[in-house]
Amino acid sequence: MPLLEIHGLQKSFAAPDGSVLPVLSIAHFELGEKRQVALEGRSGSGKTTFLHCIAGISKPDGGRIVIQGQDVSRLSESGRDAFRAQNIGYVFQTFNLLQGYTALENVLLGMYFGPGPDPDRATSLLERLGLGDRLGFRPSQLSIGQQQRVAVARALANHPKLVLADEPTGNLDAGHAAEALDLMRSICREQEAALLLVSHDPAVLAQFDERLSLSKINAAVGGVST
Amino acid sequence: MSPVFDRGRALWLIVRRSLRQHLLSTSITVLSTALAVGLVMAVFAISEQSRRAFAGGQLGFDAVLGARGSQLQLVLNTVFHLETSPGNIPWSMYEDIAKDPGVELALPYAVGDNYQGFRIVGTSGDIFDRFEFQEDRKFQFQAGGRAFDSSRREAVLGSTVAEKTGLALGETFQPSHGVTGKSGETVHEEEYVVVGVLEPTQSPSDRVIWIPIEGVFRMGGHVLRGTGEEFRAEAGQSIPDEHKEVSAVLLKLRNSRAGLSLRNLINRQGKEATLAWPIAQVMVELFQKLGWVQSVLQLVAWLVVVVAAGSILASIYNTMNERRREFAILRALGAKRRTVFAAIVLEATTIAGLGAIVGYGVGLAILFGAATVIRIETGVAMDIFAFHWALVWAPALMIVLGAFAGMLPARKAYATDVASHLIPAS
Repeated sequence: MPLLEIHGLQKSFAAPDGSVLPVLSIAHFELGEKRQVALEGRSGSGKTTFLHCIAGISKPDGGRIVIQGQDVSRLSESGRDAFRAQNIGYVFQTFNLLQGYTALENVLLGMYFGPGPDPDRATSLLERLGLGDRLGFRPSQLSIGQQQRVAVARALANHPKLVLADEPTGNLDAGHAAEALDLMRSICREQEAALLLVSHDPAVLAQFDERLSLSKINAAVGGVST
Repeated sequence: MSPVFDRGRALWLIVRRSLRQHLLSTSITVLSTALAVGLVMAVFAISEQSRRAFAGGQLGFDAVLGARGSQLQLVLNTVFHLETSPGNIPWSMYEDIAKDPGVELALPYAVGDNYQGFRIVGTSGDIFDRFEFQEDRKFQFQAGGRAFDSSRREAVLGSTVAEKTGLALGETFQPSHGVTGKSGETVHEEEYVVVGVLEPTQSPSDRVIWIPIEGVFRMGGHVLRGTGEEFRAEAGQSIPDEHKEVSAVLLKLRNSRAGLSLRNLINRQGKEATLAWPIAQVMVELFQKLGWVQSVLQLVAWLVVVVAAGSILASIYNTMNERRREFAILRALGAKRRTVFAAIVLEATTIAGLGAIVGYGVGLAILFGAATVIRIETGVAMDIFAFHWALVWAPALMIVLGAFAGMLPARKAYATDVASHLIPAS
C-alpha cells in the first residue's frame, strides 16, 4: 500500500471578482514509502496549495487524501493538526523558523505538539546537521544555510513517514542548495521518511530519479486528469 | 510526560518568548498593572488602617469634657492635637468632674502656645504618673529625663518634638503664642527648660510639649476669664481658682455606665459644656461623614484597574498583526487553534500576574508614604504590614481581568488562517 494516495483532489479559491478559481484538480497521485519524488511546477501552478492539502493545512473541496491508510481530508481541522504533528514533516521555502526562539527550541516546539519533546533527539539531529555549536542561536544569528538545516531538523524531529519540502533551496545559492539538498535527502533516507519535494529549479529537479510535472497531473492548470 | 503537560510546557515557552520579544511594551504594561494593583491595595488598606488608628485604637481616654460645641472638634483638639480649641471651661468644672465617682482619672488640658509648630499642652503631673496611653503602658522617659516640677518652668518633650526641634535635656526654649506655629506669632518672654524627653509612643503624644498647667495660666499675655472678667496672673501671686480655666478635661472612666450618666448630665441637661463620649464613636462618625471621599478614591482605583486591563489588551492586540505568521507557523507545526488561543490568554494572565507581584511593592510604597505623612502630620502610627483582604482579592481580580483582557487578541489569533500567512506560496 502506498504511503500517500490521492484521488479526485479538488481545490479552488474565490477570485477577487467573486468567481471561483480552480487551483487543483488531480485525479490520482501516489507516493510509496521511503520514496523521494520531485514535483516540478512553475510559479502559480498550485505547488504550495497541493502540499498544504496533503499536510492538512488546507482542506480540499473534494477528493481523498490517504496517508498511511488515514483519509486526512475527512478529519476535522483539529484532527488534521494532530495528524500533521505526528506524521508529516514540512520544510518551507523561507524555512518559517520562529524568530524569538533558539535553534534547539525551534526543533523542540514541533515535538511538543507531536509525540512529545525529546531534547536528546533534537540535539543529535542538529549535531548531525552540523549545528552542534549553534543550539542556542536564534535564526537571526544563523546563516541562511544554517537556518535551512534547522528547518530540516524540525521537519524530521517527530519521526515523520512523509516529509514535504516546498522549494527548500529557493533561498540558497547554487553551491549551498546542492549541499543542503544532499543533506536533506540523506537524512530522509536515514530516517526512512518519504520525501515529496516541489521546485521549479532544474538543478534541483535533476538530482531526483523520480520527477513529475505538476502541470501534467493538475487539470486545473491545463494538465491532464489521469 | 503526558501530552497535556507537554502542551503546557509549549504554551509556557511561547509566552516566555513573546514576553521577551516585546520586552519594552511588556515592562510598561506590567508597571501600569502594578500601579493599579498597588493603588487598590493601598486605598483599601489605608482606609482600614486610618479607621483603625483614629477610631479603633487605644487612645488612653474614654471621654473629653470641653466647651459647648462640636464633640468632633473637642476630640481632634485634645486627643489628636489637631484643630483649634472650641473654647474654655471654668476650673471648677475640672474639679467637679474629677471628684465624680465614675471618673478614674481627670487630666486638665490647656493649650494656647507652641514651639516651632509643636503644641504646648499644660496639664498636671498625673499625665506621667497615672495616665496609660495604652493598656498597662505609661509614658517612659528617655535616659536622664524626669517629669516636670509643677512649680517650675520645666517642659517634657514628646519624642518627635525632640527629634525635629533638636532640643535636648537642659536646653531652654521660649514658647510662641498660638497653636499653629505660623510666622509672626508673638514669642513669650518665659524660658522653659527641657527636663525630660519621652520614649516614642507611636501616638499623637509624640508631637506634644508638656508643661505644668500653672505655666499656661502665667504665660505672659494670657488672660484668664474663669469668672467672666479678665484676670492676668502676676509673678509671685497665687491665682484664685475661680479665675482659672482650661481648654478641656481628659477623662478615664471606671465603666461605660459612668459615661452614659455623665453624657446625660452634661450634654442633655447642662448648657455650659460638652462631653465627647465615647471618643471612638465620635471618630467613627467622622469617618462616616468622610465615607464619600473613600468611595471616590476607591472608584478612581477601580478605574485605574480597568485602564490597566485595557492596557494589557492593547499591548497584546497591537502585536497581533506582526505575530500572525508566528501563529501560522505554530499551527503548521501541529498546534491547535485552542492552543494558540490559550497561549495568548496565558500571556495576558502572566502580564497581569507579574503586575500583581510588583503591585505588592507599589502598594507597600504607597502605604509607607501615606503612613509617613500621617505620622508626621498627626503622630498617629499605622501598621503598613497589617493584613487586609484587598491584599488577596486585588491581585486575584487583576489576574482574572488580565485573562479576560487577553481573550479579544486571543480570538484574533484563534482566527488566523494558516495557509495565507505561511509565505511565500510558490
